Amino acid sequence: MRESFYHSEEVNALDILDCRGLSCPLPVMHTRKKLEKLAAGESLEVIVDTGTSRDNVSRLAKKEGCEVTVRETEEGNYILTITRKA
Amino acid sequence: MKRLHDFLKSRWGIVSAGLLIGILASTLQKLGNPKNMGICVACFERDIAGSLGLHRASTVQYIRPEIIGFVFGALIAALLFREYRARAGSAPIIRFMLGFFAMVGALAFLGCPWRALLRLAGGDGNAIVGLLGLICGVGIGVLFIRSGYNLGRSRDAHPAVGAMLPLLMLGLLLLLIIKPILPSGVPFFSAEGPGSQRANYLAALGIAVVIGFVAQRTRFCTMGAIRDVILMRDFHLGSGVVALLVGAFIMNLVYGQFHWGFAGQPVAHTNQLLNFGGMLLAGLAFALAGGCPGRQLFLSGEGDGDAAVFVLGMIVGAAFAHNFTTAGTPYPNNPPAWGWGTGAVLVGLVFCLALGFLMRRSVEG
Repeated sequence: MRESFYHSEEVNALDILDCRGLSCPLPVMHTRKKLEKLAAGESLEVIVDTGTSRDNVSRLAKKEGCEVTVRETEEGNYILTITRKA
Repeated sequence: MKRLHDFLKSRWGIVSAGLLIGILASTLQKLGNPKNMGICVACFERDIAGSLGLHRASTVQYIRPEIIGFVFGALIAALLFREYRARAGSAPIIRFMLGFFAMVGALAFLGCPWRALLRLAGGDGNAIVGLLGLICGVGIGVLFIRSGYNLGRSRDAHPAVGAMLPLLMLGLLLLLIIKPILPSGVPFFSAEGPGSQRANYLAALGIAVVIGFVAQRTRFCTMGAIRDVILMRDFHLGSGVVALLVGAFIMNLVYGQFHWGFAGQPVAHTNQLLNFGGMLLAGLAFALAGGCPGRQLFLSGEGDGDAAVFVLGMIVGAAFAHNFTTAGTPYPNNPPAWGWGTGAVLVGLVFCLALGFLMRRSVEG
């Protein structure tokens, strides 16, 4: 897949969304788009690099009825695992 | 620490932050800051530009400790909560120009979004027109964002990149404390007008540090509040903005600072074309840059070099606005309907619209 400077979708595998370096509201917008296609029981991983994006994406996912777990990487990024409740 | 973090990111956290900012802004007015201005980011960056001699409008020159405090407060919060991260590289020159034109628009109206709320909380009816312009400007920005506009990714940067604006603020603080007398006369400190109306600098600095800390933790943003409501029907940030208005309104009543009307309001004019158009431009520029002027300062404090460039653009924009007389003139000297101010706002709108149409996915190489 070709790397895109402008948008995150094209750098991602189906279930991983790389939102590093994107300022708000883009991480939330891209996550919302992915969540629309997420079926019950399925998971999505979102990678962000700021606390703001971590909190905003978490809030959106919870509002959409998903469970969220957050893991911080050694590089200081956050990997959010979002699971649509069954 | 975790409990504080959880509270501040909750709905009650953002409402508390808004109330606190409104109360403290009104209190700063009581302590000596200009009426209905309290903690206006645009006005205070304009005062800093004047103090450094970038413009020579003698009534608006002062090194405002509030701006310094906002950055320091956000820096402290980001360090304490391990969120400080030097980053940059997302179209910095575009962000500079957005900051520049955001300031041109804000000074045509005479205030940033925070001041629009504080003016309304003080009874200035002209602020309603400005807020309508702001909402329309952000709304246009949302249309562009929906259709693919963005400024590209930032990247991790050398720590020096993130440290630049806090260091610049430290330099300004030293200038304010030492007050060196240079042959050229800089730094200038107004002897009359809004620039001469100041709260005690230590009180102002302390209050601003508290606001910067809380705003960094809650991600408080007036532009983001409007944008999120339009874009996602999300009222989280919006509840904080309403709380700011309520907090300032109540304290203005307590302090006897509420005076309803249109004509004769403090540091305001009744040219509604400029009030609307100025904030239309500012709102659009803030939306395209991803944050209101306060938020850009808080982001700068947490290491965002792109936000720092926006702030510098605003300071240069303030100098331009006064040197080229595009800034609104306060009542009773209302700016003309078709003058330099209107022209500058129109140029800014053309610039922002062009960005919105051109900086989309289709332009990637």
